[in-house]
Amino acid sequence: MTRNSFPQPITRQEEVEAKQKTRRVLKGFTKKRANLIPILQAVQRKLGYLPRIAMAEIAIFLDIPSVDVYEVVTFYNQFRLNPPGKHSVRVCLGTACHMKGGYITLDAWERRLKIKRGDTTPDREFDLDTVACVGCCTMAPVTVVDEKPEAKVEPTKVDGLLLAFEREKQQTSEKPQ
Amino acid sequence: MNQVTLTINGIRITAPEGEKLLWAALDNGIYIPNLCGLKENTEPLAACRLCFVEIQGRNKPVTACTETVTERMVVDTKGEQCLRLAKSGFELLMASHALDCGHCLKNRNCELQRIAHHLRVSLKPRILRKILRDLPVDDSHPAFIYDPNKCVLCGRCIWVCRNHVKSGVFGFAHRGFQRRVTTFGDEPMGRSDCDGCLECVRVCPTGALVERGAVPRLGRTEPVY
Repeated sequence: MTRNSFPQPITRQEEVEAKQKTRRVLKGFTKKRANLIPILQAVQRKLGYLPRIAMAEIAIFLDIPSVDVYEVVTFYNQFRLNPPGKHSVRVCLGTACHMKGGYITLDAWERRLKIKRGDTTPDREFDLDTVACVGCCTMAPVTVVDEKPEAKVEPTKVDGLLLAFEREKQQTSEKPQ
Repeated sequence: MNQVTLTINGIRITAPEGEKLLWAALDNGIYIPNLCGLKENTEPLAACRLCFVEIQGRNKPVTACTETVTERMVVDTKGEQCLRLAKSGFELLMASHALDCGHCLKNRNCELQRIAHHLRVSLKPRILRKILRDLPVDDSHPAFIYDPNKCVLCGRCIWVCRNHVKSGVFGFAHRGFQRRVTTFGDEPMGRSDCDGCLECVRVCPTGALVERGAVPRLGRTEPVY
């Protein structure tokens, strides 16, 4: 389950914007190493994720090697390296979901979206990740799609959920005409 | 500097006051298995969990690299308890080590081989199932080759890179079984700021970091322990 580091290339404009926003956030902090996690959290609140440029800026600000920032970011689940998608897909792999085939569900999502866990689709429509337990084990295997827990998500249900999103997208694009 | 006298395995030795037990033993020719220790580092990492020894008056084995020598200390490096801990720790390390001594440049000069010999255990895990990390070998740097599959995560290379060379190319990243020594953004070593001083290669106890173009040591291909 190797996570890709930066599979999502970001545009030049996004990079400049991220740099500016990071610098603005950094103004509210002192240059103490103990501030690293609060800084990372504040930057992620602003940008939605932690691009390479933001981590490099933080490293310069705190005067620590950039790989130290990377170490912390890759250690904690709360930090993401990829821009979030429009819809979030969280596959539960808690004990009950594991027993009911959560991995099969995850495989189905990975195959359909053509991304690995922790990644975002190139069109930034979906991001895929796993969670340990969402607390509704009777519905196992659970996938939380945009805050809504979906029950008994078998591969066919994955297809169904994706089809619903596709139709929704079609309808919204037809409306203005 | 004041000297203290202590006994290790029944042998009386003297060591400078404030010295860590591991270095006092090694300097007096008493081998204790160790991977993560560096004498220059005054704050031991104590990450490898191999240098366990038994000290009289303590109910549990302790790591020799974190223990300061004291006057009249009585140490046993061959106690049943401490050897059992070291053997288990070694087995855990070897369960995810890409063992290939015959083709490894560190063959016959490898700390893992030395420890296996000392503990009289096989390099292949006996109880645990072998789970390899299967990470790509990084040969992008002109001066050295990095094979993360042979890394034991001792952190020596990271420490020398920071404290000797005052550069921060290496670091730990990721979590759990995915944890590895890597660069910022997992980029190839060749693209980092590394100037190729090879300090990291010098301290690496295994074949994870080897100099490019090094000549393998000839002799028995795989040691039989």
